[in-house]
Amino acid sequence: MQIEAHDLVKTYPQGVRALDGLSISIPQATVFGLLGPNGAGKSTAIKILTTLARPDSGRATVAGHDVLAHPDRVRRAIGVVAQRSGTDPMATGRDNLTLQGRLYGLGGTDLKHRVAELLERFDLTDAADRPVRTFSGGMQRRLDVALGLVHAPAVLFLDEPTTGLDPEARTALWAEIERLSADERLTILLTTHYLEEADRLADRLAIVDRGRVVVEGTPDVLKGELRGDAVHVELRSTANEGALRPVIGGVPGIVDVTVDGRRVSARADDGAAAVPGILAALDRAGVAVATVTVARPSLDDVYLRHVGRRFADADRAISHTDDSDADTLVGAGTGGHR
Amino acid sequence: MIAQTWWMTHRQLKALLRQPAVLVITLVQPIVWLFLFGNLFRHIIELPGFGSGSYLDYLVPGVVVMNAVSSSMWSGMGVIDEIDRGTLNRFLTTPVSRGAIMNANVIVQAVSVAFQSVMIVLLGWAAGARFPNGAAGPVALVVASILLGTTFSALSNVMGMTLRQRESIIGLSIFLLLPLTFLSTAFMARSLMPGWMQAIASVNPVNWALESARGALAASVDWGTMLVHGSWLLVLAAALVWFATRTFRTYQRTV
Repeated sequence: MQIEAHDLVKTYPQGVRALDGLSISIPQATVFGLLGPNGAGKSTAIKILTTLARPDSGRATVAGHDVLAHPDRVRRAIGVVAQRSGTDPMATGRDNLTLQGRLYGLGGTDLKHRVAELLERFDLTDAADRPVRTFSGGMQRRLDVALGLVHAPAVLFLDEPTTGLDPEARTALWAEIERLSADERLTILLTTHYLEEADRLADRLAIVDRGRVVVEGTPDVLKGELRGDAVHVELRSTANEGALRPVIGGVPGIVDVTVDGRRVSARADDGAAAVPGILAALDRAGVAVATVTVARPSLDDVYLRHVGRRFADADRAISHTDDSDADTLVGAGTGGHR
Repeated sequence: MIAQTWWMTHRQLKALLRQPAVLVITLVQPIVWLFLFGNLFRHIIELPGFGSGSYLDYLVPGVVVMNAVSSSMWSGMGVIDEIDRGTLNRFLTTPVSRGAIMNANVIVQAVSVAFQSVMIVLLGWAAGARFPNGAAGPVALVVASILLGTTFSALSNVMGMTLRQRESIIGLSIFLLLPLTFLSTAFMARSLMPGWMQAIASVNPVNWALESARGALAASVDWGTMLVHGSWLLVLAAALVWFATRTFRTYQRTV
């Protein structure tokens, strides 16, 4: 295992319990996604695994070294791309990379070549000698990833790598991350609150909620656990959950009914075939329907099933600043690929 | 650690050199003090017991030292910027030693204080201030200002890392700069201060810097005063840099 964490607990001075017994194991050459809303504890987990913060209890090893006993060895083995850029805005891209290399003890022509190679690879050669403050968001983020790779680490941490990027820059960075895992056999721990990102990049993923892992597996297995299709019904007005659940649950072939305000979700072996039965049952109960959609299971459905609330709602409840973001990511997540 | 300190210092010096205007602008304030106080208090030397040829001669070390304190107290702002940007966290996850990060911060501050001090001495000289021992006195003055700057920049870094609010750095500056400067021999001869002020001045690091500089600037160099106060200052500066390096632990408990 390249990354192993057992029962990590971390409480911040204000009494916020960021991690509440988080455990993960990540084998070599795996892209592992930690998926959860803002505030779920993903970044705290990364800070502990990258030796920045210390857990209150629990233990962890990264690349075979204990993060508490030998933080220096861990630091030599890892590359870190944090949520906040961390580049020096007044220095050029090349200077930022060169300094980073020197901190790992690199120097001379080796370092020069490595820096040039990374600039080329992340499409930053033309801008290399401009101060970083003139970079676009996408360029900035590519430089951040390049900084994490200067010393050819065995393990790379990517904390929300595409947050704040436009769709084009996001897709480009995804392609680069896929290449890293495929070509360089890097072990990558990625945190994200984009369902689509986890679905696309992660070989395995863990859904984190309130500081602990609620479910873990490959995206396909997790989605496969959900039988059949997801049926979502939008009602014209808020319904009584207790009254509505038996109405829909009584329709043959329907399972896992959840009611959340005006949104009713359920699973069916054959979604399209179940729709007439659901509509008829709702009609008999006198409930007016606005829209009905049938979709293949998405990570959002996996999240809903294990955490008990919709991903976007969880994200919004915790971060009021990020509403528009949360909406787009659910739109992406319910797209319906298996 | 020495190589790391150099590269971390190099990074900040390069940034400093990219904006040479900043260094020049920081000189405006001490120039104002020099000429304002120089003219306003010109006749103070006529007080019995003051014992100096011209007030400007007396004032130059005062302004050099006051500038060292005032400019170094802002050092913590840079630390807060680096925390906000995520730069400090990036460094803390590399193998770079905490000592190298802190040394670089105080060295860069020391270099800019040295530059400012030299400029103030030269401006004072251009305005007519004279130093009897040639270069030895001004050199001792600049060294004292560097040690004092190191002390206050380390203190400011500690505040920046633990409180992480710009207001606290501004507060530090407002709270300490004027009292520490006026409770020293920056502008007034020690023998003319009230007794309680003299008592405070004797434990005031700003005054240690002045005493050691004035010892070297005197017509007959007072090696004793210079070395004793200089050593206290050196010990204090080293202690604060050590303490500031330890503060990374406190910082890491809260990230």
